[in-house]
Amino acid sequence: MVDLMIIGAKVALVLFMVLNLAGIMGWVERKGSALIQDRIGANRASVFGFAGLGLVNTLLADPIKFLTKEDFIPPRGDRLLHTLAPCLALFPALVTFAVIPFGDVLIIGERTINLQVANINVGILYLFAFGSLGVYGIVIGAWASNNKFSLLGGIRGSAQMISYEIPLGLSIMGILMIYQTLEPQQIVRGQGALLWGWLPAWGIVLQPVAFFLFFTAAVAEAKRIPFDLPEGESELAAGFHTEYSGGKFLMFFTAEFAEMVTAAALITTLFFGGWQVPYLMGDGFHFPWGSTLPLPHLTVVVLQVAAFITKVFFFSWLFILLRWTVPRFRYDQVMRLGWKMLLPLSLVNLVVTAVVIVVWDF
Amino acid sequence: MNAELITFYILATLLIVSSLSVIFQRNPIYSALSLVAALFFVAVLFLTLQAPMLAILQILIYAGAIMVIFLFVIMLLNPDAREPRRFLWWGFGSLAAGILALELIALVIPRGAKVWSGGGAVGPDFGSPKKLAESLFTDFMLPFEVASVLLLVALIGIVVLAKREA
Repeated sequence: MVDLMIIGAKVALVLFMVLNLAGIMGWVERKGSALIQDRIGANRASVFGFAGLGLVNTLLADPIKFLTKEDFIPPRGDRLLHTLAPCLALFPALVTFAVIPFGDVLIIGERTINLQVANINVGILYLFAFGSLGVYGIVIGAWASNNKFSLLGGIRGSAQMISYEIPLGLSIMGILMIYQTLEPQQIVRGQGALLWGWLPAWGIVLQPVAFFLFFTAAVAEAKRIPFDLPEGESELAAGFHTEYSGGKFLMFFTAEFAEMVTAAALITTLFFGGWQVPYLMGDGFHFPWGSTLPLPHLTVVVLQVAAFITKVFFFSWLFILLRWTVPRFRYDQVMRLGWKMLLPLSLVNLVVTAVVIVVWDF
Repeated sequence: MNAELITFYILATLLIVSSLSVIFQRNPIYSALSLVAALFFVAVLFLTLQAPMLAILQILIYAGAIMVIFLFVIMLLNPDAREPRRFLWWGFGSLAAGILALELIALVIPRGAKVWSGGGAVGPDFGSPKKLAESLFTDFMLPFEVASVLLLVALIGIVVLAKREA
């Protein structure tokens, strides 16, 4: 019974974290874009005449506004699929977080709680499997709208996401070979080791090429600029969600930000040590110059979870910075980059890593 | 009736309903989506049979990649949903399905109850990535490599045919 309650609490905590981070990133994007373009940005929302808390007010005002708008379904569209599509878009973005560890173990009395919702032995593959289902939301939504612009966006989206899934998967093979596991929690633990006694063995240190390949492919999978061709508002009105309004649009909107947060969490887990804080062991800091700083268990856990959230936040912010800095690719450029640059590079990275592991016997 | 059996019956029912829906839907998009659902239920079935790796690959490859290509093609060609059924094809399909069903029955009947009980329960690490990889790269090395060469041949063949058309 207690175990069930703990699992329920972890699920609630993770969903709370993802949805709130997604909402906060929505606000950060509006304010960040304003900052970059020298505007003020969202500052009209006020609760009971109190406009000081921009973030909280916008977080409350956005959903209320979306949910009270008319929910329009194109008369010649498909009612069932038009309603199903936003759910299919949101579902994978929310369930993939289940295998991402947000901390090490928490020990309360005699109970050891693994700070991860589900520890399954095919964790990384689970992430990719459910990540690959995200494309259905776009494709079905586009088709059910009975709109040529939507359909073009959906077709672009399906081709793009299939193409970038391959370098996305291949680029992390090196990481899996180095840490010898498919479990995210074990990968993060493996990154706690120190190279030459001072350098944390994070994925970025051991697999720098893979990081750039993975980051590029992850931006494409999250459909963010410079890869937001499925939306492409200057060419396709609003792409696959042209015919969406109200609550359903809010779901697509949330799905996009949740996907971004999940991608950031994945980058953190695979390449930036997940919840690891450099030199922080289970009982406190052990600095490479010999001094130690013992800390109580609870402090260590809080520091780890805080480190994870900070890293995720940083990479989400990087996605936003990227969006407002670079222009959109042309469609043939996207395809060429995926198939002629990222795919061969990830294959080369895979072979080189394998040879190095065999020759030097890591 | 234990929980495992109940799960199986629920899954099997969903699987059969979605498979029938693949055939009986008039709209090809609905057929394709029913097939996605059917593949998903098969994956869950694998999960209950201690084969998580197979389940995940089923979702990753069939539901996540191949069916997306199917949908892509259906949307590009956009066939008319009210196209009349071609009865010649129906006859051919029914015949092929009948032969396969007869074959299955011929296979199952002589073995009797042995088929249903199987080889006994398997351990929890039966379908783990490690076990699967070990058997693929030792006992089944040759079939594995032959299959990959076969796929490569198909790929090259498609490129050659596509170039000739143009």
